[in-house]
Amino acid sequence: MIRVQNLVKTFGSFTAVNDVSFDVAEGEIFAFLGPNGAGKTTTIKMLTTLLRPTSGSIELDGLNPQTHHNQARQRFGIVFQDPSLDGELTAWENMELHGVLYHVPTKVRRQRAEELLKLFELWDRKDEQAKKFSGGMKRRLEIARGFLHTPKILFLDEPTLGLDPQSRNQLWTHVKNVNEKEKVTVFLTTHYMDEADRVAHRIGVIDHGKLVAQGTPREIKDSTGTESLEDAFLKLTGSAIRDESASGADQLRQFAQMWQKGGR
Amino acid sequence: MSAIYILWWRELRRYSRSRAQLVASLGQPLLYLLVLGFGFGHVFQRAGMGNYFQFISPGVIGMTVLFSSIFSGLGLLFDRQFGFLKETLVAPISRLQIMIGRTLGGATVAVIQGLIVMFISVIAGFRPQNILSIPMAMGFMILIALCFAALGMAIGSGLQDMQGFQLIMNFLVMPIYFLSGAIFPLVGQGSIMSFLTRLDPLSYGIDGMRNVLGAPNAAFNPILDLIVLVAVGFVLLIVGAWRFSKIEA
Repeated sequence: MIRVQNLVKTFGSFTAVNDVSFDVAEGEIFAFLGPNGAGKTTTIKMLTTLLRPTSGSIELDGLNPQTHHNQARQRFGIVFQDPSLDGELTAWENMELHGVLYHVPTKVRRQRAEELLKLFELWDRKDEQAKKFSGGMKRRLEIARGFLHTPKILFLDEPTLGLDPQSRNQLWTHVKNVNEKEKVTVFLTTHYMDEADRVAHRIGVIDHGKLVAQGTPREIKDSTGTESLEDAFLKLTGSAIRDESASGADQLRQFAQMWQKGGR
Repeated sequence: MSAIYILWWRELRRYSRSRAQLVASLGQPLLYLLVLGFGFGHVFQRAGMGNYFQFISPGVIGMTVLFSSIFSGLGLLFDRQFGFLKETLVAPISRLQIMIGRTLGGATVAVIQGLIVMFISVIAGFRPQNILSIPMAMGFMILIALCFAALGMAIGSGLQDMQGFQLIMNFLVMPIYFLSGAIFPLVGQGSIMSFLTRLDPLSYGIDGMRNVLGAPNAAFNPILDLIVLVAVGFVLLIVGAWRFSKIEA
């Protein structure tokens, strides 16, 4: 369903994604794990047509998202890592707008929007502006919106960030549900290893832009000789904390970027 | 088609929601209209240029449309910062549709704002030459709105932060306004001023409105105003669409 070959993305002299290749089969839940700044979001952005790869190829359901934007976009849904709601619009209007943009027929759209808002416990407040929602509610609304059209592939970029355990549980139950019933392929990133262990069929670990391990959670644990996925992850990626602007080289890089033209 | 409609609808919805913004955006034009309009009246009359209030009303209407439309395009910056832009960019619709929907929405809001100011100016004493001149003036408002919504879109596509916004405000929007002859007549200026004011597309928009509304001191032929605006609008829409298609998030 997703086929990525030798994918590379560079920003100036910095290589964010370095020669990454993987395949995700139809109906599979694939977790893409990595420390901060490893290249997870950059990869998702390239998969979802937001960024053009420097080199390498991507196929979504047999389509190249570079040449067939709209056909590819019709096939996936995405929940972004950072907010993407229109705060001035109400929860209901945000759903409506999304449904229209994805060509969901009016009747189906309204019905599904109602179901989803009820499922994520936002129905009572559907006529309130999204900017008045708490962080968790906004997150839930984004997730509900991502499920509105029935995509073949669902991208979830750290969907559980800032959610309480109840909502998290609700989300994963629903993800598993659509995965089993509607055969939706799921590509997710998360920092919660237990979630990945519980939900994902297969896992890819990325670090410094390179894919360092790939396989089922069992395989990854076995290959590193560890008991939990968390330990396996730390073993694969080391225990040093990555903060994107921590090193001197990073600061220099930022400084250099300031002098380059802004329109990237 | 429905995508264009829903993005147009979004702009109007946001406009109708934010009462504070509506009032704030009318404050500045009203200040120009009422304070300058009445304040300069005597001097203008004595200089033999006719009624200043009649003269400045189309100018202030043009200014309102300019500000409102160019800010709608720059609103791209806010959508980028609040993340909504991504939501539209990954949707299965073309960039051109997004650009058209947003531009039409911004232009519609700008024309509504212009009509409100026109209405207020009529209450305050502005007299269009006849009732037919109002729809014709509205036609010029639409052209101004489309030009500058597209220009805003072209600039907004490259803006990354608020500093850039200030820069655009001081070095583009204000000069466009002041050089347009909104507040002073374009006739009888020196060669440098004549040259600069003729480079400003808004000059033709406001002059066109003066022509059709029968306000004093119109500088150009109304047909010339129309041709220039349509041509500039066409170019700006293409540039805006092109710049928008290059956005990467």
